[in-house]
Amino acid sequence: MARDGVVEARGVGVRFGGVSALESVDFTLADNELRCLIGPNGAGKSTFFKCLTGMLRPTEGDIRIRGIDCVGAHPHQIAGLGVGIKTQVPSVMNGLSVRENIWIAARRLNTTRSANRIVSETLERIGIADSAGDLVGNLAHGRRQLVEFGTVLAGNPWLILLDEPAAGLTADEAERAVAVIREMNERAAIIVVEHDMHFIRQLANTVTVLHRGRILTEGYVDTVLRDPVVRDVYLGKSQ
Amino acid sequence: MTSRQLVLSVVIAAIVMFVLPVFFDVLNLTTYAAYALLALSLGFVWGYGGILCFGQTAFYGLGAYVYAMTAINLGEAWGGFFLAILIPAIFAAILGAMMFYGRLSDVYLAVVTLVVTLLLFRFMNTTAGPEYVIGEARMGGYNGIPGFPTLHTPGNPDANIYDEELYYFTFIILFVCYLLTRWLLGSPFGRVLVGLRENEQRIELLGYDVRARKTAAFAFGGGLAGLAGCLYANAAEIVTPELFSLGLAAEAIIWVIVGGTGTLIGPMIGAAVLGHLKFVLGLQSIKQVFGKENPLEATLVFGMILVLFVLFLPRGVVPSIQGWFGRSLVGRFKSGSGMRRRTRSERARNGA
Amino acid sequence: MDLAVVVVYEILYTIAFLALISAGLAVVFGMMRVVNLAHGEFILLGGYTAIVAHNNLGINLFVSMLVIAPVVVAVFGVVIERLIVRFLYGRLINTMLATWGLSLAMIGSFSLIFGTTTTSVKAPIGSISVGAFNISGYNIFIIASAIGVIALIFAILRFTRAGLVARGAMQNADMATAFGYDASRIYMATFAAGAALAGLAGGILAPLVGIGPNAGSLYIAKAFITVISGGASVVSGLITSSGFFGFVTQIVTFLTNSVIGELGLLVAAIILLRLLPTGISGRFFKNRL
Repeated sequence: MARDGVVEARGVGVRFGGVSALESVDFTLADNELRCLIGPNGAGKSTFFKCLTGMLRPTEGDIRIRGIDCVGAHPHQIAGLGVGIKTQVPSVMNGLSVRENIWIAARRLNTTRSANRIVSETLERIGIADSAGDLVGNLAHGRRQLVEFGTVLAGNPWLILLDEPAAGLTADEAERAVAVIREMNERAAIIVVEHDMHFIRQLANTVTVLHRGRILTEGYVDTVLRDPVVRDVYLGKSQ
Repeated sequence: MTSRQLVLSVVIAAIVMFVLPVFFDVLNLTTYAAYALLALSLGFVWGYGGILCFGQTAFYGLGAYVYAMTAINLGEAWGGFFLAILIPAIFAAILGAMMFYGRLSDVYLAVVTLVVTLLLFRFMNTTAGPEYVIGEARMGGYNGIPGFPTLHTPGNPDANIYDEELYYFTFIILFVCYLLTRWLLGSPFGRVLVGLRENEQRIELLGYDVRARKTAAFAFGGGLAGLAGCLYANAAEIVTPELFSLGLAAEAIIWVIVGGTGTLIGPMIGAAVLGHLKFVLGLQSIKQVFGKENPLEATLVFGMILVLFVLFLPRGVVPSIQGWFGRSLVGRFKSGSGMRRRTRSERARNGA
Repeated sequence: MDLAVVVVYEILYTIAFLALISAGLAVVFGMMRVVNLAHGEFILLGGYTAIVAHNNLGINLFVSMLVIAPVVVAVFGVVIERLIVRFLYGRLINTMLATWGLSLAMIGSFSLIFGTTTTSVKAPIGSISVGAFNISGYNIFIIASAIGVIALIFAILRFTRAGLVARGAMQNADMATAFGYDASRIYMATFAAGAALAGLAGGILAPLVGIGPNAGSLYIAKAFITVISGGASVVSGLITSSGFFGFVTQIVTFLTNSVIGELGLLVAAIILLRLLPTGISGRFFKNRL
């Protein structure tokens, strides 16, 4: 396999009826890279995210994850490659305890014994061990986000896709999330879809800016955010 | 389940099994045990798998018919006994695969299962003619199939298991199925299944194949229901298309709702209690009041029970009792580690 | 030639029959996302009402069928909506379960009040001969009624203010409330309209089919399949789906017999739902009436 990155997207496009949500997007993610996808509302960030996770089938283009063709694959098949996925709305099992949520994630690739061990470790890592026995449905929004991080983490993924991980978090929780993501980045390549600029500055070095379904620019976060075109896009001045 | 819990449940089941015949007729009890097994299967599929099957009785009736026809053809019972589990399970697997791989949502799933039941009901009613025959077994249309060989000591078709023996046999099968289902729920498969009920997308994003798992759970439920049908057939000694009727499909749902979804014991108790209620209502005819034949008054009562439970106690009786009772126990269990020690209230809330 | 006329006539009748028994359910499901499993018994109630009004009270049969039956069932529908259904909006499965319970309770009540035997009333129109065949003249009335009912639903939804408000409220109840409409009353009125349509169907069909306490399951099964397969659009879903199923049923019946015809309907439904999981209108007539 050529060393052409963990994620390799070529000419990805999505059309709903006559509307183009995404147009010829080329995107490459290198090993252990941490990349933020940013852009104003409706830029196509979430659409691209859904294509990567198999929740949406692109109408054209090619997506490869570690060289494996992923167009038309089911989410469980993509996740089965060792990809951790966190959706925008906290997607957790509300009726189960924190421990059970993470256990189910850990058990997929492990025996029960090592799953139990992974659960304890994960609970420590995300700092939620004190509410291990609580029902997730009873937790505050920020804690539930953390639980979802835990389920992603417990699968020991080598690629992690996060959709708006900072949404609805308090400043403290966001800081914690940054720490968790940084730590995850030691073992995995990560794509973060986000529009909270403050959060992105804390987190990333490379960002990709999407605008109107196309890639506008790509580069170091400070450079990109100083770019007048990007600023205009965010403030709505451009075109 | 820990070995202590296992011993405890065996003791309780044994006591219940020996005490019940003191108060109730054993033939009735045998029927209730078959009902309870049907309720267990629906309670598993619906309460834990989150699959709302309106037509669980399709597999029940199928089990009964498969048993009756195989028994007639073989002249002995045990081949039919196992086929009565296997064929409904396979049928459920095919139907389930069709529904889950087609991504049918809740309502549509309910429709399809109900339609399948109705389909079997209509079909079985039309099979009165002599051309509807499998081997030596005529399907009998609305008259059903009477006079098939009933269960007997293996290897000796003349040593029938009947009356009290049949009751004990049915009860023990019910108990074994209950243990088997609990074991399954405690296994990784069962836990993922419960997670799936809670959040299908999350489970899928964790890399589990949701459709295959739901299909497997549905097939397991279908097998249990088929076995229940076989046991019922042995108690009733006749199978009729009524097994596929809308009324019985509704009753199975009512047992589970009243007993409580999200528990296994609840639906079983619901089935037994309401089964007995139906029997009692059948005796207490109120035709003196209205001066007419009224075989349907149980329907009136059952309908009202269903409405009232959906409105006022949608969790069912057993989870509600566990909820009230369990609150005081939360502290005791909370510090425990490991998946097994889920508190009672947790389980009860899951059922909501 | 005569045979062809008869077959076409039978197909039209079957389609009309399906449309008639499904219309009430389609309105309630399409507008409110509520599946009323007691719909079959609502139809029976309409049938019983028409029969009692005509046979026992001596009221003109057409008045009994077309006025009294729908009005009585609509009033009953309002009572049920206030007592049961309104507590369950947004909980589709619970509504189905509660109305299933209602259905059983109504079956029990019918058999208490009217007995388990089938009652009926004589059809007001006799048979017509087409060449060598005799066909029922009353079926023409049924076909006309079905067309009338669909036209009525369409006209109300499309052209009246009430219809517009109802459509708006179903799209977004909060918005309608914000505009000063009482969403709760709109739901009540819609449910009553669905009940009235069921009553009308029961009244019109009473001379044709025997009305007995258990007959509802036959209607609900077919209506349910027609509506669910039709999808969420009330009018186009109703027309396409009853057209499709009516055609399939009657063709299969013509080739074999009526029981197999019914099985054909059920099998067609399962295949259709497998191919179009959101119903016909969910696939082809999205966001239309």
